[in-house]
Amino acid sequence: MSLAPDSPADRRSPLRRAVPLAAVLLAVAVAGCGDDPAPATATPQQPAAQQQPRTSQGAVRESATLRAVRSRGRLNCGVNHSLPGFAYPDNRGVWRGFEVDYCRAIAAAVLGDREAVQFVPVSPTERFPALQAGEVDVLIRNTSHTFSRDADLGFDFAAIYYFDGQGFMVPRSLNLRSAAELAGARICVITGSTTELNVADFFRSRGLAYEPVVVDRVEQARASYARQACDAITDDISGLASTRSVLDNPQAHVLLPDVISKEPMASVVRQGDDAWEDIVRWTFYAMVLGEELGATSDNVEQLRGSSRDPELRRLLGADGQYGRMLGLSDDWAFQVLRQVGNYGEVFETNLGARSPLRLQRGLNALWRAEQPGLLYAPPIR
Amino acid sequence: MAPSRGGLVRRLGGWRAIVWQAGLLLALAVLALWLAGNARANLQALGSRTGFGFLGEPAGFDIPQTLVAYSPQSTHARVFLVGALNTLLVAGLGVVFATALGLLAGLLRLSRNFLGRSLATVYVEAVRNTPLPIQLLIWFNLLLLAPPPARALQLLPGVHLTNRGLFFPWAGTAPRLEGFGFTGGAALSPALTALLAALVVYTGAFIAEVVRGGIQAVSPGQSEAARALGLREAGRLRLVVLPQALRVMIPPLASQYLNLTKNSSLAIVVGYPDLVSVFGNTSLTRTGQAIESIALIMLFYLAVSLLISLALNGWNARLARGDRR
Repeated sequence: MSLAPDSPADRRSPLRRAVPLAAVLLAVAVAGCGDDPAPATATPQQPAAQQQPRTSQGAVRESATLRAVRSRGRLNCGVNHSLPGFAYPDNRGVWRGFEVDYCRAIAAAVLGDREAVQFVPVSPTERFPALQAGEVDVLIRNTSHTFSRDADLGFDFAAIYYFDGQGFMVPRSLNLRSAAELAGARICVITGSTTELNVADFFRSRGLAYEPVVVDRVEQARASYARQACDAITDDISGLASTRSVLDNPQAHVLLPDVISKEPMASVVRQGDDAWEDIVRWTFYAMVLGEELGATSDNVEQLRGSSRDPELRRLLGADGQYGRMLGLSDDWAFQVLRQVGNYGEVFETNLGARSPLRLQRGLNALWRAEQPGLLYAPPIR
Repeated sequence: MAPSRGGLVRRLGGWRAIVWQAGLLLALAVLALWLAGNARANLQALGSRTGFGFLGEPAGFDIPQTLVAYSPQSTHARVFLVGALNTLLVAGLGVVFATALGLLAGLLRLSRNFLGRSLATVYVEAVRNTPLPIQLLIWFNLLLLAPPPARALQLLPGVHLTNRGLFFPWAGTAPRLEGFGFTGGAALSPALTALLAALVVYTGAFIAEVVRGGIQAVSPGQSEAARALGLREAGRLRLVVLPQALRVMIPPLASQYLNLTKNSSLAIVVGYPDLVSVFGNTSLTRTGQAIESIALIMLFYLAVSLLISLALNGWNARLARGDRR
């Protein structure tokens, strides 16, 4: 684990010298507020950060987060509160969406029950502190994997589950053909996300002026765009498709062809609990391998008994003892596929043709699909 | 010059009190050190960066309203400055307008005119007893209801009301409909308008009560004496009642000004780029250094609040001296 040396940074900063004792006292007060609840809540989120995963008894490693999830009996999963297709409570209060299903898959792998999840809705700004403080075990909230978040924030990115990019949506009536024609436009953007930085880069690098309308919540961005308080709205393309599906007349809005950034959405865990990171990563790979090997929620039960494909047999726990290398039961991937489904099933239900979003697989197709995408899971060996 | 040893001990309340106070001080210091050490150890265990080095790094994002030059290449320290100035702008304007509104409503509540009195009462009670964030959202959505630029409402020649703000002629140019919206002239942004309206209306209701309380604290004999001297209503208020009421009003007024300044940190609800919104939100998400960022923000609000208190206390002291003369 890397220890961030803070003293050199202190010395460099002129402000540190200028700010008197009061700053230190204030910082301490804030630190105190942040720290106190953690030991009090008894649930072992704190150890997760402090204890290194140990290697004991051969390959079985002890994960503090895994132990915490087990003793709690449910997984705390940080999700978006309102992104139809990815994570949202439906009109009966049941959580639905692609990211929600990823959470359920982890619960199925770890606890054997897809329902053993507590969904914790977090805003873009709340999400990292929530993970850092141990309020959630894993963050699956359209969070882009970026260098500084990985290297600097004390998090690890377990798996990229959706390859996205940032785009723009405009009213069809404006007759725009590319984002470069948005010079001088007012553009709604949500704060606390990489979208805010990308849109600044995009217009600055082209020497174009624009007027950002920065709001805190996606609902406000949608309301402002719907009332034409801004000319365009920018977000990840999947998010724009989601927004379009809830506008009054979805047909009246188009996505511009420009994709101005790479947005690899990844599941995030705290740095330092490598065994837990492995579980979160391989749960995702199990869903991808399931699609690759033709195992669906409908046929997986039968396949486990009858299949002669050695890779599939290893995946489903029919051969070998792979699950326990992760500290799970050997039918972990079987439970994921039976209770939640493979990647393709989850995609079609929540985002694809069987959903209001009607997103194409695009980059999120298997590497050996007819129109190949980027999904490639390492083998179970 | 220094008091004798015995005198000092007596002034501090005797030896026993000194021991108690020193013990308490020590306990507080130990607690503070423990909390700081705890925070530091946990942050290091998480692999998070600490310190104020991030202030010199480029911010990378745009800010819709800046009073000083700013571009995405500017540093986080610059973001702090931009946000602080935006906070001071909305707080300064808010204090002026809220005082005017509060004075008017407070006087109306005491007026003999039934309609004026009732209106002021309804305003004060309705506004004081609903949460400010809700009022902010109401203002935000009300402003969204204004027409888009293509169907702008022309209030006066050259003055257009849209849901993108109020456009008016400025520095020799008039706003005209061009491209995506209005260009030229100047505009009052919806975010600033919504925030200012909410803060002024909300704080105005409290100030109205302060004004009413202050005036009622002046003995009725003073009014009667003024009337006996032949002063008209306006002169009685301006020359006799208000100057005396002011002394009672200043301390609670100061606390309302402080509230307004601190409440302006709700700006993010309507997307106004104040200090908390740009530095405590966007910069913080960028750098992940919550403790340092929040500490700087707290320091700023502390400094501003203390300055406001100092100024109003000074004014009060001057008034008090005038009273004795």
